[in-house]
Amino acid sequence: MPRMGLLIDYEYCTGCHTCEVACKQEHNHPAGEWGIKVNENIVVRSQKVTIDYIPFPTECCDLCGHRTSQGLLPACVKHCQANCMMYGTIAELSKVMENKPKTVLFAPR
Amino acid sequence: MAGEQKWDKVVRTTVWSAGAGCHGGCGAKLFVKDGKVMKVEGDEDHPWNQGRSCPRLLSLTQYMYHPDRVTYPLKRAGERGEGKWVRISWEEAFDTIVQRLTEIGDKYGRESVLFCQGTGRDIGGPISLLAYSYGSPNWVQFGLSGQSCYTPRLVAMFATMGDYAVADASQFLEKRYNDPQWTPPRCIIVWGQNPPPTCPDAFFGHWIVDCMKRGSQLIVVDPRVTWLASRGKYHLQIRPGTDGALALGMMNVIINEGLYDKDFVDKWTYGFDQLKERVQEYTPDNVAEITWIPKEDFIAAARFYATSKPAAIHWGMPIDMNPQATVVAQAISHLWCITGNVDIPGGNVIARPSHGVTAYPYSTAELERLYGQEFIKNILSRKIGASRYPMVRDFRHWAQPDLAVDQVLSGDPYPIKAAWIQTTNILGGQAADTRKHYEALKQLEFIVVVDLFHNPTSMAVADIFLPAATFAEKNSLRSWWTPLSALVKAVQVGECKSDWEINLELARRFNPKGVPWKDVKELFDSRLEVSGLTFDQLAEKGSWEMAREGHPSKPYRRYEKGLLRPDGKPGFSTSTGKLELWSKCYEGWGLDPLPYFEEPPESPVRTPELWEEYPLILVSGARSSVFFHSEHRMIPWLRELDPHPVVEINPQTARELNIEDGEWVYIESKRGQVKRKAKVTPIVPPWLVMAPHGWWLPETQGTEPYLFGIWDYNINQLIPTGCQSQSGYGGGAYKTMLCRITKIKEGRE
Ligand code: SF4
Ligand code: SF4
Repeated sequence: MPRMGLLIDYEYCTGCHTCEVACKQEHNHPAGEWGIKVNENIVVRSQKVTIDYIPFPTECCDLCGHRTSQGLLPACVKHCQANCMMYGTIAELSKVMENKPKTVLFAPR
Repeated sequence: MAGEQKWDKVVRTTVWSAGAGCHGGCGAKLFVKDGKVMKVEGDEDHPWNQGRSCPRLLSLTQYMYHPDRVTYPLKRAGERGEGKWVRISWEEAFDTIVQRLTEIGDKYGRESVLFCQGTGRDIGGPISLLAYSYGSPNWVQFGLSGQSCYTPRLVAMFATMGDYAVADASQFLEKRYNDPQWTPPRCIIVWGQNPPPTCPDAFFGHWIVDCMKRGSQLIVVDPRVTWLASRGKYHLQIRPGTDGALALGMMNVIINEGLYDKDFVDKWTYGFDQLKERVQEYTPDNVAEITWIPKEDFIAAARFYATSKPAAIHWGMPIDMNPQATVVAQAISHLWCITGNVDIPGGNVIARPSHGVTAYPYSTAELERLYGQEFIKNILSRKIGASRYPMVRDFRHWAQPDLAVDQVLSGDPYPIKAAWIQTTNILGGQAADTRKHYEALKQLEFIVVVDLFHNPTSMAVADIFLPAATFAEKNSLRSWWTPLSALVKAVQVGECKSDWEINLELARRFNPKGVPWKDVKELFDSRLEVSGLTFDQLAEKGSWEMAREGHPSKPYRRYEKGLLRPDGKPGFSTSTGKLELWSKCYEGWGLDPLPYFEEPPESPVRTPELWEEYPLILVSGARSSVFFHSEHRMIPWLRELDPHPVVEINPQTARELNIEDGEWVYIESKRGQVKRKAKVTPIVPPWLVMAPHGWWLPETQGTEPYLFGIWDYNINQLIPTGCQSQSGYGGGAYKTMLCRITKIKEGRE
């Protein structure tokens, strides 16, 4: 089995928190426990403010194996409002990454 | 779908109103087992959201089955505010309501009862049905100063275009971005809104992001550096309340530099020369001074907008909260008119209720058919605000909220004695001057609250509490632009009923003649007749259908095709048949037919002495991704993402005040003080603080005098009433009042 991962295009992540709650519902994580957690980075450079959000899969992320084995997307990827998350093999995703700045690739497992 | 056998059924429905809470439109799949919704997902076959969802929708099960949810009717047992309730049957509730409201109506006149709603969800239809069947014209967004939510923008568009318009993100097309008819806007002005956190005014916020990926470049008009602003080609960091000057200044540039669409203006607009003359007063230098936006920035942005066809404007509620908001919205709508970005792919397209179906049943003609001409003429002329404001008299059927609260307190020109409060947490949410509304409501003899949870309003004033359904527990109908959609009932929770069911039943008791339908489904079928579908057919289609090509509710270029006017001629549905830049409607209402700028009631310019004492502009109302207005504070998955009532303060300002991130502070104004946790962030400029609205703490004491903490945390206490525009609509000063910040010393918290 090739290794699977999550690619985040953080040029477009709006920090909407959908991925976090999608994961909670799917795994019934209680408050305080996260499969994925959105981080905010605010940088001020020559007076211009730039905001970036990046969701970070945690120890609890199992890549939604029970969904992907049925041909479904991971819960976070399916619901991401900005459509900025991709699920696939690391090989496929790193190809996408080659042509797309502001991306980050996670191999949680 | 694999795995579906786990469920008894999967119901495809439309999201609108309680649950996710929002203005809705998304398609959802509800997974039901043993009569319970176990899980919810976005519907990948629905063109609106294409499988996506928001955090509020994904928390639906925590909302529906929350232990604090009220699931059967209650009547008050102790004094108001004691929090003592006893369970009653629907029958007893209905009987009591009919008896009490009949007594009050007989004694003081039927107009003495207010029918109060909140924001634009699945409520306008049921509440107006009930108000008119009972015989009161006073259907009102009680507390919302100036009715400053969309109505000012709607009336401005209606006066100018004879129709409404929205930014075209391909939402009218089934294939969406893949439809060859559509082109992405080359430029989108996002004006006074932060669409990603919520989905406002029948627009899925992330459509803007979809367009960005397809090449749209943004001009963002916002005092804060929102995420969109940080991604924009231009960010115009405007001083709140000066949007009218900016629009006029941009038109000054576009007209004087000859960048407008001359052919379109000649052929399709009326009053251009007068507008041209008016904008001369708004030179770039003047406008830079008024708005605090560097001149070069908005000149460049104006040029970019005018030369990037197609270009769209997507706008928000801060526009309605400008002084004289109805002319501010008019000026902004002129931008798409003079650049010819009207009803073209990727422009501002005319938006009509899908298939011509009105889910709000009530045009004046229809009302007359149901209740008789005399009755309607009589009640509409008695409506609060009708005699003072011709625009309020003629446009939509709302009563004017600022006058309404004053009238409750004064009894002039007639007494107000009861209120029906449905889908609105007045004291925890939209009301400006919370204390004034609290005192007004306390005076009323009888109050019914229809809601899902107890909240500060129900605790303080309800005599009867009726439990309402979420969108997942009801059948309803939506035609708010597109597509034509059904809300399909998946399950029953407790004894909760939908707003339609509650109101239809009561309306029938008050006026059987005005309610010719056996049940809500029959009412929906009669509304749907023009579409050729029944409710069940629409539900079976997966809960939605797009209007067909060639239908007047389907873009594009309908003004060329004669699809807009009742006489079938090309042109717009205005008296001149053109886009009226010089507004005949406004003139008829005794208002200036052209836009102009007016300073906010409190501001560094208008009240410089006050500015010395209160040197910060207070903006309330920015949206959170996880809450809808005053809702959702009790939902664990959501609350942990946005746990505290905060105030955003610029780092420089915080340093000067010796305030650190996370410290508790007071926001103080002439009108009082509110407690907040400082969030020190460069996304606000040093001269402004932003405090989200709708804060109450459901986990704390709900009884008097605490009322879930509203007197500590509700920011709208610091907003006055009575700032409404000359037209009666708009001007609620929710974004322009002055304040200062002080640190809460130890022991004072
Ligand atoms: S892949 Fe599944 S488990 Fe991992 S973060 Fe996304 S929703 Fe959670
Ligand atoms: S759902 Fe998508 S856009 Fe929203 S925070 Fe997560 S990754 Fe970002």
